[in-house]
Amino acid sequence: MRPDILNRAYSPGTKALFGLIRVFSGWPVPDAAKIVFYRPGFYGSRAKAFTHAAMRGRSAWSVADRELMAAYVSTVNESAFCIGAHTATAGRAYRDEVKVRAVLADLESAPVDEGLRATLRMLGKLTREGRVAAEDMRQVLSAGVSRRQVEDALAVCAAFNTTDRLADAFGFELLSPEGFDAGAMYLLRRGYR
Amino acid sequence: MPDEDKKLAAHRALVDRVLNGEGEASAELRAGAFGNVGVPPPLDALISKVVTSPAEITDADFAAAKASGFSEDQLFELVVCAAVGVSARQYEAGLAALAEAASTGEAG
Repeated sequence: MRPDILNRAYSPGTKALFGLIRVFSGWPVPDAAKIVFYRPGFYGSRAKAFTHAAMRGRSAWSVADRELMAAYVSTVNESAFCIGAHTATAGRAYRDEVKVRAVLADLESAPVDEGLRATLRMLGKLTREGRVAAEDMRQVLSAGVSRRQVEDALAVCAAFNTTDRLADAFGFELLSPEGFDAGAMYLLRRGYR
Repeated sequence: MPDEDKKLAAHRALVDRVLNGEGEASAELRAGAFGNVGVPPPLDALISKVVTSPAEITDADFAAAKASGFSEDQLFELVVCAAVGVSARQYEAGLAALAEAASTGEAG
């Protein structure tokens, strides 16, 4: 990662924890997990709390739907690490990797229900353009999505527009497909806390 | 507290911490990075890329900012502020559009 301080300036306790994770999981701690341990009082603690609430808090969207939103927003942002991580997590959560890849390749023709499609379309516009109009929201609501669900989707979008930028700015190292899959299993078991 | 409000509260806590809590970079500079306004060169190049084209950031952007006197800890904070800032503006814009759609929907 860059700057170099993100690779080395952790407390002895945190370094020991990273070592234990490597031994017991068989994988080094990914940069996305490391970054929330770097001066956690500044960013990591509150970022984890918000991301966990958005991704695993109560919602009419399933965990799989929210992981797909994370993968979709990351795809719009062209954030390679987060695309890999959340494509794998959404695929495992749905037990349907083909569907996830179809959404990311072409939202309009993908086999998902119209409410989810309309929501992803709106999140894509917000991510690309930084704004959406009331008319964009009316289209989502008229596709059968509740106001609460739109709020929940906007929280996912905010979490990943932050994380995607940090992944690219700090240069998170990409994982192998097996590494992303191991991360996906962890995220589905433990969430973002 | 309903879960939607918990999410908003958790987001506000994050925003408040990076802007107003203790930091190595001044609160003024963190606010500038958060809003992507008034950031001095050459740091402005790095911060603007965080906002608009993060995939194009290179080691050279960090090197230029460091050479102008910023520590790595300060750069960590300022990049975080820029990323949290742009997504906070999107979040607010989305919620505002939703509120407008819901209110005109009810009126109609």
